[in-house]
Amino acid sequence: MNSLHTLLTGILASRSGRFGLSMVLFHVLLALVSPWLVPYQFDSQSEIINHIGPSLQHWAGLDTLGRDVLTRTMLGGRQAILVTLLATCLALTWGGFCGIMAGYKGGRTDEVIMRGIDIFLAIPFMIFLLLVIATFGNDPVVMILTLGFFYGIGFVRLARAATLDVVVKDYVLAAKSRGEGTFSILFREILPNVRDVLLVESAMRWSWMLLAFSALSFLGFGVTPPTPDWGLMIASARIYMALAAWPVLLPMIALSSLIIGINLTADALAKSLGLDRSTRVLL
Amino acid sequence: MSGSLLSINGLSIGYSDAQSRSVAVISSVDLSLAAGETLGLVGESGCGKSTLLLAIMGFYKAGLHRLGGDLQFMGEDPGVMPAGDLQKLRGGRMALIPQNAGQSLTPTMKIENQLFEALSLHSDLPSGLWRQRCFSLLDRVQLPDPGELLKRYPHELSGGQQQRIAIAMALAGEPDLLLLDEPTTGLDVTTQVHVLDLLREITAETRTAMIYVSHDIGVISAVCNKIAIMYAGELVELGDKNDLIDNPAHPYTKGLLDSIPRMHQDRLPVSLEGMQPQPGQRNFDNQCVFVERCSYARPVCQQHKPDSSTVSARQVKCHLASEALDWKSVEGSDRINKPTKFSRVVLRVKDLSVSYDRPSLTRWFTGRQPSLVTQGIEFEIRRGEILGLVGESGSGKSTLLKTIAGLQKPFAGSLMLNDQFDLRHSVGSRDADCQQKIQLVFQNPDASLNPSQTVEAILARPIKLYFGSSDEAIRQQVDEILTRVNLPLAYRTRYPGQLSGGEKQRIAIARALVAKPDLILCDEITSALDVSVQASIIKLLLRLRQESQLAILFVSHDLAVVDVLADQVVVLEQGRIRESGPVSRVFSDPDHAYTQSLLASVL
Repeated sequence: MNSLHTLLTGILASRSGRFGLSMVLFHVLLALVSPWLVPYQFDSQSEIINHIGPSLQHWAGLDTLGRDVLTRTMLGGRQAILVTLLATCLALTWGGFCGIMAGYKGGRTDEVIMRGIDIFLAIPFMIFLLLVIATFGNDPVVMILTLGFFYGIGFVRLARAATLDVVVKDYVLAAKSRGEGTFSILFREILPNVRDVLLVESAMRWSWMLLAFSALSFLGFGVTPPTPDWGLMIASARIYMALAAWPVLLPMIALSSLIIGINLTADALAKSLGLDRSTRVLL
Repeated sequence: MSGSLLSINGLSIGYSDAQSRSVAVISSVDLSLAAGETLGLVGESGCGKSTLLLAIMGFYKAGLHRLGGDLQFMGEDPGVMPAGDLQKLRGGRMALIPQNAGQSLTPTMKIENQLFEALSLHSDLPSGLWRQRCFSLLDRVQLPDPGELLKRYPHELSGGQQQRIAIAMALAGEPDLLLLDEPTTGLDVTTQVHVLDLLREITAETRTAMIYVSHDIGVISAVCNKIAIMYAGELVELGDKNDLIDNPAHPYTKGLLDSIPRMHQDRLPVSLEGMQPQPGQRNFDNQCVFVERCSYARPVCQQHKPDSSTVSARQVKCHLASEALDWKSVEGSDRINKPTKFSRVVLRVKDLSVSYDRPSLTRWFTGRQPSLVTQGIEFEIRRGEILGLVGESGSGKSTLLKTIAGLQKPFAGSLMLNDQFDLRHSVGSRDADCQQKIQLVFQNPDASLNPSQTVEAILARPIKLYFGSSDEAIRQQVDEILTRVNLPLAYRTRYPGQLSGGEKQRIAIARALVAKPDLILCDEITSALDVSVQASIIKLLLRLRQESQLAILFVSHDLAVVDVLADQVVVLEQGRIRESGPVSRVFSDPDHAYTQSLLASVL
C-alpha cells in the first residue's frame, strides 16, 4: 500500500522521526566514507603511549595504547553496521517467509515450524552464539548467519501472528477460489498486508542486533583487534574509566546515538503506519 | 419544553480538523420526545444516527464534542453531568440496547450474575428480591424456563435469546427511555419479528419512550410511531410514521422509500445516484445537504440552506417541501421483466450432501455416519437464469456455495458444470477452464478486496491468470469492465479504501466478470450495502445477466431482494430444501409451512 515515498514522508512527518532518520543516515554515511576522512591510521600509535586528553592534534584524545580515539570511533561502526544490517535482512527474509507460511498453511506445517521455533527459543541465545563463534570463528559471514538465524525466530512468530489476521479475509478466499497457487497468494495477497508490521519490526531488531554485536565484541568474541569496534573500544578502555573517560565516552555516544536513531525512526514509522506499539503487542 | 422527556434544540456535534476548524458530524438537530413515544431514526451508514444516539446518553466518541445546541433529558443535560450522576442515569433512567447482544454480554459471567449486576446498580430492591425480579424480567421478555436460563452462559443461548437478555438487562432499571442501536440487525427474520413484537408490547404497557436507530425503514415502521430521517448529519424529515411513509415530503425520504425492494412489486427499486457527503467534505452553510443527489433540485437549493419548516404536521428541511407532497414516485423506474425461456443447463446439482466431519479411522471402524450439514440438495441453473437461495443463518446456504466454488468437498451426490466438468473436486484440482467458469462474489467488499492492491491490479489479476493476455490487452479489458459496471476509468489507480461501499461491490462484481464466467455465485452481496446502493447493484446484476446470459446463484436472507431479482427460488432450512420453484409461484402461493413463516416475517 505504501511505496518508499509514502514511507519516507510518514517518517519525516514527525519531529522525532526526522531526528532519528538523520541520525541513522549520518552513521551509515560516516561508515561509508570514514576511511577517507579519518585524520590518522587506526593502528598508528603516538610517541606518547599513555592516556592523553583532547588536544588540537587529537580532538578526542588518545587511548591506552596511544591511538587516536576519534579515528577509531569513526571507523568503529563499520563492521557492526554492515554485519547487523545484512543479518537483519537475512532474519527478515527467512523469518518472514516461515511465519507467513506457517500462518497461511496452518495445520501440520504450522505445528512443525512453530515447535521448531519453540526449541530454539528455549536455548539462551547469547551462549549459543558464543558456542557457534568459538567453533567456527568470528568471521563476518559466520556472524551474519548466526545473528540472522537467531533474530529471525522472532520474525517467524510475528509474521505468523500478522498473517493469521489476514488469512481469514475474504480476498484470500477469493484468490483461492480463483485457483491461485500458494506462492501467488503468499506474495500478492498476504505479504503486502503484513509488510508494514515486518518493516517496523526489522528496524527494532536491527537496533537490538547492534547491541548484541557490540556485546559480543565487548566479551572479546566479535571483532579481532586491532580492527576498531565500539564494543571492543569500550571493553578495553573501561578499566581506566576513572582516570580517562574519553576513550569510553566517544564510542558509547556513537553506539547509543545510532540505536536511539533507529528506535526513533521505527517509532515514527510505526505511528505513521498506524501500528502504534503502545497498543499493539508485538511477539 | 414541559411534558417532554427528551428535548434537543439545534444540537451540533463535530470534531476539530488539522487546521482546528470545526467540522460538524451532526448539525442543528431538533427533536423532542414525550413519555411513551417511539421514534425511529433512519439513515444510511455514516449519517450520524449512532453519534446522535450516544450523545443522548452523554457519550461522545474520541475526538467528538458538542459544537452547540442544547440537549435536555428530564430537565437535565447529560453532557454536563458529573460522572457519578451520569453513571446512575445510564442504565437507570435511560438504557441502551446495543446492536450485537452476543458481544455486549460478558462471556465469562452467568446470565444470573449479569442481571444481578444491573439490578445492584440501578434498582433499590434488597438483594433478597433480586432473583424474583430476574424471573419477572425474563418472563417480561418472554423467555421460557427462567430458572434454567439464569444458570447459563451467554454462548449457550441463541442470538434471539441473547438479544432478549440484553433487553431484560435494559429493563432492570425501569428506564424512562430506551435507546436501541439496530438491535435486530444480526438476527434471523423470524426471530426479528418476535423481538419487534416484544419491544412494541413493552412500550405499550410501560409507557417507556424509545429511540430506535436502524437503516431499515421496514423494521422501524413495525415498532415506532414517529420516524426521523437523517442525511449527512441533518434531520431532514420528522413526522408521524404513516404520513411519512405514505407521502414523504423530503426528496431524500422519497428516494429512500423508492429504493427499498418490496415483495410482489412489479417495478424495480430505484437507486439514488451519488454518495452521501462525508463530514467536512463540503461546506453546506449556503446550500441544501441533499442538493447533489436531488432530482428535483432548483437554483434556490444551491444558494440557501433550507430551514426546518412544518408541512402537513411534520418537520421538513427542504425548500420544496410543500410541493413535494404531490410528487409521484420517480418516473421511468423499470418494470421487472423476467425472461421465461432459458437454454442449456449450466449447473446441475443432484442429491448433494456436505459434511464438515473429516474421514477418520475410528469412523471407518465403527461405521458411524458423519453429520451432514446439507442433505439431498437438487437444483439446476440454466444460462441467463438467476436462482435465489434463501434461508436463515445455519440453513446451509454458504456451505452450499462453498461446495460449488470448490472450497469444501461434498460428501455425496453430484455437481456438474455445463455437463462437462465434475465439480466434486476441490478448486485446486479443477481444470483451469472450470476455475474460470465459476466466479464468486462475497458479502462484504471491505473484506473481499485486498486493501493493498489498486483497482487495476485487482481486476487485472484474473485476466492474467486465466487468459495470460498481454499488458496492453489487459489494460483495455480493465477499462471495458469499469465502463460496464458504471465506474469512471480514473478509478483504475485507486485503492479499495478510497471507494464507497457500493463502488467496492461493483469492483468485486467486475473482478468476477473479467474471468468471463458462465456462473456467478453471489453470497449475500447486497446485505452489507445501504438500500439506496443496493438498488443499483440489483439493476447492474439484471443488466449483466441480460448482456452476457450469465447464470447467477444469488444467496440472500432478504426475500424482497430475491423476489425482485430471481427467476427461480430454493428455500433451505436446516440443510434441506423445503420448497423450490419459480419465484412468482413460491412467494405468492407457498406450499411449505417454513416458506410461509419466512414470508410472514417480511416487514
